[in-house]
Amino acid sequence: MGELKRALDARGHALLEMPTGTGKTAALISLITSYSLASPSRPLRLIYCTRTVHEMEKTLAELRLLFAHLPAAASRSLLALGLSSRKNLCVHPQASAAAARDSVDTACRRLTASWVRDRAASDPDSTPLCDFFESFDRAAAAGDLASYMPPGVYTLADLRALGRDRGICPYFLARQMVKYANVVVYSYQYLIDPKVASIVSREMQKECVVVFDEAHNIDNVCIEALSVSIRKQTLEGAERNLRRISQEIDRFKATDANRLRAEYNRLVDGLAQRGNLPISDAWLANPALPEDILKEAVPGNIRRAEHFLAVLRRLVRFLDGRLETENVENEMPVAFVASIHSQAGIDQKMLRFCYDRLHSLMLTLEITDTDEFMHIQTICDFATLIGTYTRGFSIIIEPYDERMPDIRDPVIQLSCHDASLAIQPVFERFQTVVITSGTLSPIDLYPRLLNFNPVISRSFTMSLTRDCICPMVLTRGSDQLPVSTKFDMRSDPGVVRNYGRLLLEMASAVPDGIVCFFVSYSYMDGIVNSWNEMGILQDIMQHKLVFIETPDVVETTLALDNYRKACDCGRGAIFFSVARGKVAEGIDFDRHYGRLVIMFGVPFQYTLSRILLARLEYLRETFQIKEGDFLTFDALRQAAQCVGRVIRSKADYGMMIFADKRYSRHDKRSKLPGWILSHLHDAHLNLSTDMALHIAREFLRRMAQPYDKTGSGGNKTLLTEEDLQNMAQDAMEM
Amino acid sequence: MGSMTIGAKYKTTLKDPGTTGVLRMNEDKFTFTPHDPRSAMKLNVDFRSIKGHKFNKVDGSKPAPPLLNLSKDSDKGGGYMFEFDNVTNRDLSRDFVAKVLGKQQGTIPPKPNVPPENSVTSTGEEQLSAAEMQRRMKLLQEDSELQKLHMKFVLGNILQESEFWATRKNLLEDEANKGSKQRPGFKSAMLADVRPSADGRTNKVTFSLTTEIIHQIFAEKPAVHRAFLDFVPKKMSEKDFWTKYFRAEYLLRTKNTVAATAEAAEDEELAIFLKNDDILAKEARLKIKRVDPTLDMEADAGDDYIHLPDHGIIRDGSKETIDNDGELARRTLSQDLNRHAAVVLEGRSSDVELTDTKTVAEAIARSKKEPPSSSISDDTNHERLVKVARMTEIEDLQAPRSLPYAPLCIKDPREYFDSQQANALRSLGGNNDGRHARNCRLSTDDAFDHLLGQISSIKVNGLNYPVIQSDVALKKLMMKAAFEDHVDIQITCDWRVLNELNEGISRSRRLNLKNPQDSLLGQIPRRTRDELMDHWAAIQELLQHFWSSYPITTSVLYNKVQRIKDAMTQIYQKLQDIKESAQPDVRHEISQLVKPMTQALDAAFNHDLEQQQKSSKSGNKPNGF
Repeated sequence: MGELKRALDARGHALLEMPTGTGKTAALISLITSYSLASPSRPLRLIYCTRTVHEMEKTLAELRLLFAHLPAAASRSLLALGLSSRKNLCVHPQASAAAARDSVDTACRRLTASWVRDRAASDPDSTPLCDFFESFDRAAAAGDLASYMPPGVYTLADLRALGRDRGICPYFLARQMVKYANVVVYSYQYLIDPKVASIVSREMQKECVVVFDEAHNIDNVCIEALSVSIRKQTLEGAERNLRRISQEIDRFKATDANRLRAEYNRLVDGLAQRGNLPISDAWLANPALPEDILKEAVPGNIRRAEHFLAVLRRLVRFLDGRLETENVENEMPVAFVASIHSQAGIDQKMLRFCYDRLHSLMLTLEITDTDEFMHIQTICDFATLIGTYTRGFSIIIEPYDERMPDIRDPVIQLSCHDASLAIQPVFERFQTVVITSGTLSPIDLYPRLLNFNPVISRSFTMSLTRDCICPMVLTRGSDQLPVSTKFDMRSDPGVVRNYGRLLLEMASAVPDGIVCFFVSYSYMDGIVNSWNEMGILQDIMQHKLVFIETPDVVETTLALDNYRKACDCGRGAIFFSVARGKVAEGIDFDRHYGRLVIMFGVPFQYTLSRILLARLEYLRETFQIKEGDFLTFDALRQAAQCVGRVIRSKADYGMMIFADKRYSRHDKRSKLPGWILSHLHDAHLNLSTDMALHIAREFLRRMAQPYDKTGSGGNKTLLTEEDLQNMAQDAMEM
Repeated sequence: MGSMTIGAKYKTTLKDPGTTGVLRMNEDKFTFTPHDPRSAMKLNVDFRSIKGHKFNKVDGSKPAPPLLNLSKDSDKGGGYMFEFDNVTNRDLSRDFVAKVLGKQQGTIPPKPNVPPENSVTSTGEEQLSAAEMQRRMKLLQEDSELQKLHMKFVLGNILQESEFWATRKNLLEDEANKGSKQRPGFKSAMLADVRPSADGRTNKVTFSLTTEIIHQIFAEKPAVHRAFLDFVPKKMSEKDFWTKYFRAEYLLRTKNTVAATAEAAEDEELAIFLKNDDILAKEARLKIKRVDPTLDMEADAGDDYIHLPDHGIIRDGSKETIDNDGELARRTLSQDLNRHAAVVLEGRSSDVELTDTKTVAEAIARSKKEPPSSSISDDTNHERLVKVARMTEIEDLQAPRSLPYAPLCIKDPREYFDSQQANALRSLGGNNDGRHARNCRLSTDDAFDHLLGQISSIKVNGLNYPVIQSDVALKKLMMKAAFEDHVDIQITCDWRVLNELNEGISRSRRLNLKNPQDSLLGQIPRRTRDELMDHWAAIQELLQHFWSSYPITTSVLYNKVQRIKDAMTQIYQKLQDIKESAQPDVRHEISQLVKPMTQALDAAFNHDLEQQQKSSKSGNKPNGF
């Protein structure tokens, strides 16, 4: 907390590694709120970015607890809310029934777009409108939105309930209230991804304190935000879209030619956008970063709708031709733009304006079903990005996926290599950005990857009243043969069997929940199938129920829910999951939900991937980061992230098994975060299955004793006010 | 608690055919309204006049109607007898009545159940509520071990009724709280995953089915269940149905997609088995709305603008592109596993006799017809909030929260533990090193701390677990005896006993581990074994009472100790007899088993002797006795 205060005082950025389960979130939000309450000159504005929606819910619940402890006057004036997409907030009975996010967005736009509402004004019977939005609009016009939302903490469910009760649209209400809220909790991309950020977060002020929680993967989020890929289906879809657009243009020409002329005039005046759009018309914004967008008039040769359409057709045809390749091609944006210019006659500036021009055209044509036009938008995003950036990107064309060479699936990928590009505006715009996670080791790497200078960068360890975590490195099976997921060993039946035996024996000794992480989906599938055939899986099921993460989100969510139920009722369960998967990213397996985590193998990235190779090369050239170092760092942070979900508080306890012989090497192990390393005894570095079982039994018996809350001597769990004063005095004397 | 309305027949006597009507019960009274308005059999009775209820046992052997008798007075008989359509209805109303009666007895000014121990004269007969009495009777009936102990000590006048039950308060409470009975569940094994067996000579594979398996298949695959209800026996025979089913399964198993597509195109019934299960998908959509928001990854997907179609990186090796196209299912093992575990967790909703497929199918269909939760949005919101709150609070700053659990109801503990033990050993194969170490690893300090805790908790709460006698439980008892010894050891400083006990235990464990099927006890003649077990239980009970009466402060306790001591001497004698009369080939084993018992007893005697010496030295009896 002291470090964080220093960062706030210095108005600089901070990088804090704090072990999971130490009340990280609570500590951060309580300090930041009290800091701004204590200094009234700096009104409280906190933007708390979480990785996932469920973490958002958790953070808001903690905020609610915190607000309950604040002085009444303070908590009565504070407003905190979460923000998500229409899919999660819509309460309109028909629109919210749609299954996919895009269809909800479209359904909403059909009911709320400004031209739809204009039409409804003249013809109220045949044009349905959204009552929730109408009442929002009335309230916004009257300026009494705040009366709809008294201060307090609003989770997504609360927002929906509020919307239903008061008959107001929760999504737009939240979007508007974000400007006035003291604490905003939303997902990373609302700040990082320029497509979304420039709509949602445009009006955030510099005084805001930004927190990125669970930020160990932040570099990946950044590069994904600026990457686009184009497949055969995209191009086909884009051609469909273009046909439809040209039909629309013809129709307008016949009926309402003035509109097109008006648009042309506007473009001549240099206004790509029609100034302030109504909130309901806003659409995904320009994929390039705000300061890279040209503030000048659209080039003359694409001002006319037909001309622009022709340019797009040429571009699509060009990309289609490039997709026909038989070899893997790797190009830099400059060369690619040059070849577009020579072959399709489109220069860089036109490419750069593609997005804005398309957006303007679609507004003019009053197109509401944006989900249909996703494809052409992808093409324009691609064009704008390659037109804007020359460094930090590369374009890779692959005719097929290397792992399935017989299936032709060509793809053009524009991949961003430089994580600092996307996050740079955030660092520049806000005075304090706090990046925190349980695994940021080695902590000096992140400032280099993200290209910023933190005023504080610290790695904290845990103060525990007892040894409640027990990491182990398992290198051999019970038959003393080494286990590993190295490529040449992973399909060896001996290794598969040894892994199975390990899990089986642990399942018989460990109570409640066990979580297993595998290096990839395909590996997990393979090994589970082999266990099934060997009969090991059946033996495991004698002890515990088995649940598996699948690529299907709904099924995985239900499996997790059932897993928790099984742990709650005492049945005990095992969850198979994938490192780098969705579960590893944000689900907690604390308390009885996870008494043991087994990490099968080292989760290295697929090293033959072209994109990874290109990125590694860029990192070496630009930041002088060695390939091997980066790969190990990346694998170990994933592994640490997986096992770190097991513990939540001092009363909690859990074991972690790293089951691969490579973990016993110092260069790998030393990249684990300090709070895990400090509990990793030398004797636990080279274990076989039976030794691990023995240690596990002892550990579990020791931990299962009733937890002494008051503690003894210097290691109390709960400090009284008196203790705190004593500590402060000690610090003063020193 | 509410009220309850159920159809029933009112009977004046057992032979009476009865009057059909409706039985309504609420917290205060019950009424009976006959269907025939002319009938005079209307009832309106206050529950306060009801003292107890009885019911008859209904099993398949004789056709007895399920009856419930609400008696006005437990002694005289006389009351109201109702006959129900089936056992479930009866059990429902029985439980309701029991609850009402229990509540009433709670509100009646409570009579002191257990006389305060320091009262000058012990009241021999205590006043007990009928429900309490009934609970005790029930416990005794269900647990033969307990009954034996009860017979031996209470009827043998060694312990008083109240003393005997005082140590079993937990048992009684459990019994009171417990629902009617254990809910039977599905087996953990994936029965639905039937493996083909080939005979090796022909190209034929054989699948074998039992009703249990069929039940599981129906529960896990609602589409198959629906197809069965639709097709059998109208369209095809049951045998054909299953042949088709397994044909489809076989195609899936061999991952022969081409053949599967071809066959599905030809045969629309077969295609049903190959397609994705639409019923499951529908259920999933319903369930996802009720899921804990802290793990709702679906909401997350809805918030993800980075992974718009074609945005972000698709082929960097960390994600695998999985094509979900193709209408024919690519049902994977993981889906099956998830589904299976979910079904096992839900439990069996209906307990039907698994006789033939048709009844099974219909029973499941009936149980499925529960009204689906229509308005999930608002009441589940609250539930979800509670769940979130639980996930956010920090455990060590909070009072411990006890999770609801499904209590196990084990009829024969010995058998249960033996089977568990055998299971564990079988799956663990040859690794026993860890186990041996575990037994001996208890440091003496730990043991002592633990023991003190145990003793005090025994004094306060009574013994927590029922009398369990089995291979495993035996060890527990031994340890317990050892602990009790430990108190004594504290006084006499005789560590030897404990060490030997520990060694004895681990020795016998090792013996057991070598041949788990044929345990140490197995070598001893059955009669002797039972006898030994009984003695163990008896010693355990006596020792518990013995140690809990120290220090002796009242004459009541003094008398009790004397009685217990006498009983212990008798058992001691008997043990010696057993030892001496044993066959030479098993004598060693028996003496090994008997040794810890005698040692535990010796320790008690020693303690007693010392106390006596002390008190005689100090010249007066404790507290003036």
